[in-house]
Amino acid sequence: MAVLEIRDARKDFGSTRALDGLSLSLGEGELLGLLGPNGAGKTTLIRAISGRVRLNAGTVTLYGRTLEPGVPRPNLGVVPQENALYPLLTARENLETFGQLNGLDGKHLRERTAWALEWTGLADRAKSQVRAFSGGMKRRLNLACGVLHEPKLVLLDEPTVGVDPQSREKIYDMLGGLRAAGTSLLLTTHYLEEAEARCERIVIVDRGRAIAAGTLPELVEQAGLAGRRVRLSLDRPLAERDNAHATATPAGFTRGDDARVLTATITNVAHELPELLARLQSAGLGVSDLEVRTASLQAVFLALTGKDLRE
Amino acid sequence: MIGLLIGNSWKQLRRDRAAQVLAFVVPIAFFSIFAVIFGGGGNRMDSTNRVGVALVDESGSPQSRALAAALQADSGMRVVTVTPPVRGQGPASGQALTRALAEQMVKRGDVPVGLVLPAGIESSLMSFGRGGGVKALILHDPSDPVAARVVAGLLQRDALRAAASTGGAMGLAPGGDPDAMLPVRFEQRAVLGEKRESPMVAFYAAGIAVMFIMFSAAGAGGALIEETESGTLERVLTSGLGMTGLLLGKWLYLTTLACAQVCVMFVWGMLVFKLPLASHLPGFAIMTVCTAAAAAAFGLVLASLSRTRQQLSGLANLVVLSLNALGGSMFPRFLMSETLQRASLVGFNAWALDGYLKVFWREAPLAALAPQVGALLGFTALFLLLARRLARRWEAV
Repeated sequence: MAVLEIRDARKDFGSTRALDGLSLSLGEGELLGLLGPNGAGKTTLIRAISGRVRLNAGTVTLYGRTLEPGVPRPNLGVVPQENALYPLLTARENLETFGQLNGLDGKHLRERTAWALEWTGLADRAKSQVRAFSGGMKRRLNLACGVLHEPKLVLLDEPTVGVDPQSREKIYDMLGGLRAAGTSLLLTTHYLEEAEARCERIVIVDRGRAIAAGTLPELVEQAGLAGRRVRLSLDRPLAERDNAHATATPAGFTRGDDARVLTATITNVAHELPELLARLQSAGLGVSDLEVRTASLQAVFLALTGKDLRE
Repeated sequence: MIGLLIGNSWKQLRRDRAAQVLAFVVPIAFFSIFAVIFGGGGNRMDSTNRVGVALVDESGSPQSRALAAALQADSGMRVVTVTPPVRGQGPASGQALTRALAEQMVKRGDVPVGLVLPAGIESSLMSFGRGGGVKALILHDPSDPVAARVVAGLLQRDALRAAASTGGAMGLAPGGDPDAMLPVRFEQRAVLGEKRESPMVAFYAAGIAVMFIMFSAAGAGGALIEETESGTLERVLTSGLGMTGLLLGKWLYLTTLACAQVCVMFVWGMLVFKLPLASHLPGFAIMTVCTAAAAAAFGLVLASLSRTRQQLSGLANLVVLSLNALGGSMFPRFLMSETLQRASLVGFNAWALDGYLKVFWREAPLAALAPQVGALLGFTALFLLLARRLARRWEAV
């Protein structure tokens, strides 16, 4: 059974349609990436799941139960994009506050607070006021406040925005720990390389709809970017294009911006790559470097959503 | 370069509506409000507003009756000679005033001045110091320093008028210059605060305390706006706590904060200015809790109305200062016209101030605080309902 199921979610803010029949599902222990340009509807969707937005149509179900706005969601944890912390309270006091608001008390609250301080690497700063924390420390504490009550599903709205690579790595280690414990995660981010590397499945949202969903190879397929991209660095630059006596670009290749670079797209590496190399050799061109890779998530994203600015 | 900076500043001001309101509208609003209160429309010094006087004629002689009649006919005074109706306690309505009853009326705040014409006063009238030693007695509330002096002056004028009306029976030829003489000797006695070393401290402590906690509650209520901006409000509302619970929590916090602030202020007044706090603790406690509850709810309304801290600051300055100017924190309400005094009761702070004055100044029994307590609790409920209604904008959209 899907942990989270969203069916035909629609939400209008005045004349603006923020969600336009969006559907998605999230499995047990899965890390699902939710990508989309600014204004695509990601935050509205997160707020609808957390009960802060009333849908005009459609349903949100968690473990088969339909969620209504204003009804407590003990199985849900929310990690907002802002560091939603009380700056004049200590790390421990913030954890205790949000733990109690989510129903923890007594010994269980103390145990979970101690766990969270260790988990975030902030045990030695437990008594420090949050206003003195670095951006990375606040991000980690922000995450801990959302998962302290051991929810089965955690919504993460850009959890690594504005932090250094070390803190980002630490945050993903923490998320890995949650997944290992069976927690399902729904993550929005604009860092596509992170989503590519960390998420099992990705949903791309644009104009309030899920326009593609699946693993990266599936998305590549859906974006019409199937095949391997071959990038060759030549041992000497190709002649200028406007030179009548120049060496022609070998058949099947595209010239890169750099005069030493050629690119090509192939589907079968074992058969087509030797042919490409042979063609170069016959054209008198040597190869100094070669790279074969699938289309990046960035390429898929831009292919699906276009390059036009949205704001 | 400097010109560029000036130009940019003007451009930003032109595009910032809240800053424009603070810069231009708030001063105009203040000016208008203070002009109404201190200007011709509301000040008791104008001829349309009269000083309340409880008049007791103990002599009953033709001369004293003539003087009483002149006093009652005086357009500068509103003279009462019988007791007003008092709900639940005190003498029955319509009873002829005695010295004790007049004193009681002044103590209760029904009138600022009592005037007693003792037996034998007729021997002193128009004697200009040559006759008997009986003096008229002016009983006054020192919190209204003007009223007693006004009545003392009007007493002289009316004595001359009474003498004129009796055709010189008191030895004055009609048409004489009244300003050249003092026809009635009198003495003054404060019926309130006479035993205190700094009698007016209690009066001003209440005024300042009420104004201060209104500002404080409005400022502290702004935490709601900060929490909206930081995302903590969203996070709290995502948990099991609803908007009603959140507002109640904020209100209780603001109430305890306001109580603590008033306590600190009155203790300071007691230690430094000999404010008689220890002898009035029960009344002080009742008024402080009720006032703090109303001020806290009032702060939540202002915060719920505002979108930004800047808006809240402008709104709080305008509303709090206006209500306090009208409610008597800056300028005693008894110096305002009766119309303004009645109008000022639309603000909870006027009721709060009246309650504190009853406790510290008039030394009224606790039961006498019932109207003020009732009004403050009513204001509290109204403000809380209003804040809850306005806070719907933070709920699920």
